[in-house]
Amino acid sequence: MSAAVSLRARSARALSWWPAWLLGLLVLAAIFAPWLAPMDPDRQNLLARLKDPGFETRGATYWLGSDELGRDVLSRVIHGARVSISVAVLSVLLSGAVGVAVGMLAGYLRGWVETVLMRLVDIFLSIPAILLAIITVAVLGPGFVNVILVLALTRWPRYARVAYGQTLAIADRPFVRLSRAMGAGTPRVLWQHILPNIAGPLLVVATLEFGLMVLFEAGLSFLGLGVQPPMASWGAMLSVGRNYIATAWWIATFPGLALFLLVLSANMLGDRMGDVIGKGR
Amino acid sequence: MSLLAVEDLSVQAGPLSLVDGVDLDIRPGEVVALVGESGSGKSLTALSIMGLLTEGLSVTGGQIRLDGTPLTPARLQRLRGQDLAMIFQEPVSSLNPLMPVGAQVAESLVAHGRATPQEAGREAVEMLRRVGIPEPERRARQLPAELSGGMCQRVMIAAALISRPRLLIADEPTTALDVTIQAQILALMGELAAEAGTAVLLITHDMGVVAELADRVCVMYGGRVVEQAPVGPLFAAPRHPYTAMLLRTIPRLDDPPKEELFVIRGNVPSPRDWPEGCRFRSRCPRATEACRSRPALEGDDHRVACFHPMETP
Ligand SMILES: Nc1ncnc2c1ncn2[C@@H]1O[C@H](COP(=O)(O)OP(=O)(O)OP(=O)(O)O)[C@@H](O)[C@H]1O
Ligand SMILES: [Mg+2]
Repeated sequence: MSAAVSLRARSARALSWWPAWLLGLLVLAAIFAPWLAPMDPDRQNLLARLKDPGFETRGATYWLGSDELGRDVLSRVIHGARVSISVAVLSVLLSGAVGVAVGMLAGYLRGWVETVLMRLVDIFLSIPAILLAIITVAVLGPGFVNVILVLALTRWPRYARVAYGQTLAIADRPFVRLSRAMGAGTPRVLWQHILPNIAGPLLVVATLEFGLMVLFEAGLSFLGLGVQPPMASWGAMLSVGRNYIATAWWIATFPGLALFLLVLSANMLGDRMGDVIGKGR
Repeated sequence: MSLLAVEDLSVQAGPLSLVDGVDLDIRPGEVVALVGESGSGKSLTALSIMGLLTEGLSVTGGQIRLDGTPLTPARLQRLRGQDLAMIFQEPVSSLNPLMPVGAQVAESLVAHGRATPQEAGREAVEMLRRVGIPEPERRARQLPAELSGGMCQRVMIAAALISRPRLLIADEPTTALDVTIQAQILALMGELAAEAGTAVLLITHDMGVVAELADRVCVMYGGRVVEQAPVGPLFAAPRHPYTAMLLRTIPRLDDPPKEELFVIRGNVPSPRDWPEGCRFRSRCPRATEACRSRPALEGDDHRVACFHPMETP
């Protein structure tokens, strides 16, 4: 009886983490894209252009239809997950590393370092992110690496803010003073004693930012400023599919749906983690 | 020569003076007790010595020397965890909640690169054994939350003494603990320090502890030292009226109190309200007009800052 109850409770708890499961599934799809995708995402077939979902030809099935060049939409959506997720992960890592370093240094060293760094953060935060991104891409040029750099450049201040506030709160705790009394220098105090203790909130921000980065990448690619063809990108697919929305709705709809699910799962997961951490306090 | 020499130390928070001209000497291997009521500047004096004052506080005057050489920030960074160690009042919150206690005991060795993490880990286990923690190998892998307050205090002592420092500053190391284990832990600390030849600056409210552990006593009031003497003479014949009052606060088993347990009249004034001249004069039964100017700390071995010291019997 009680075993059944606890089993139900446990599965309820596992279910309440569905955003994590969905996100995990999408990440797996991205990792194993070459094996999962039924066709080569770049192979064109001019005889099978703009076909409906479920269209069959010579043993191959276009489950989600084909696009204007006869490429398989399903395969392109799966490979698009790769682009989206790798751009998002790399830009989160890069902006996170920069932002966390800046925020921790400002919060721990205080004084003029704090003034200079946090003023810089304020300046960056006062520029609308998407505008800054568009301007820098226009200067650097589009492409996979540049998109990551641009996203990192625009997003690090958010990590800096969070890391700064958290570090201020932790730096006065007695254990930090004890580690200094034991001879730990600034790098050791920051890395060994402060960072692990502020990792929770930073992880929440990183998860929420991941969703945002997916959207930003799609937005840039939609505008033609992101990753370049023939690389499959959801944003680029949306942009092309828009022209065919009346005749071939599937070209834009499925990448749009994938984008929606990925962003949704990241945001819900971030919120959920935030709740848990909040409760832990 | 003295190991540590503090001369005319002043600490301020902005314009507000919190520690005002403190002199303090510690010789190698001796235990010096720093006593005084809450707010008298004991912790600030200790933190100044370690170079660990928090943001907003600064040393505005005086000199602190170790082995006759001034302690600069760079030298302090080298000495903390080697020749200098400090332990604090709150044993549980003074440990990193996410780091196994073994690693925290090894901190000073690793921070100074004096041992590989493996060697340091082995030494930490050995040190945990010496401070009386059962099953040290298993305990070393646990987090502070899995240990009791008393055990955490033992961990902190182990961490402080693993580098065999020449000076240990212990800021009310047992006030947060259960009365029954306070004495035990203090005795342990005294024993281990004596073994390693470590001098101890012991900050405490507890005159009973002072009588038991200290070689010399330094009494602070209102951010200044009012009396400094070897423990015997100080207890036998305190010269400063404040010290005399402090001593009367000790309950004595052999001499049951005729009056209620003695409490010093009035409150410690906050640093903003310290009077001109002798700062104790607002609570002192012997105060006169002369006390409006500042008394100097005078004497050789038994030094006192008072215009009307208690008569020696
Ligand atoms: N950051 C600060 N800013 C302003 N005043 C401070 C600050 N830190 C301490 N003080 C004040 O300095 C005085 C001395 O503080 P200190 O901590 O040295 O006292 P203490 O003798 O250690 O007392 P206790 O026995 O309560 O630990 C106190 O009145 C305290 O309020
Ligand atoms: Mg104190």
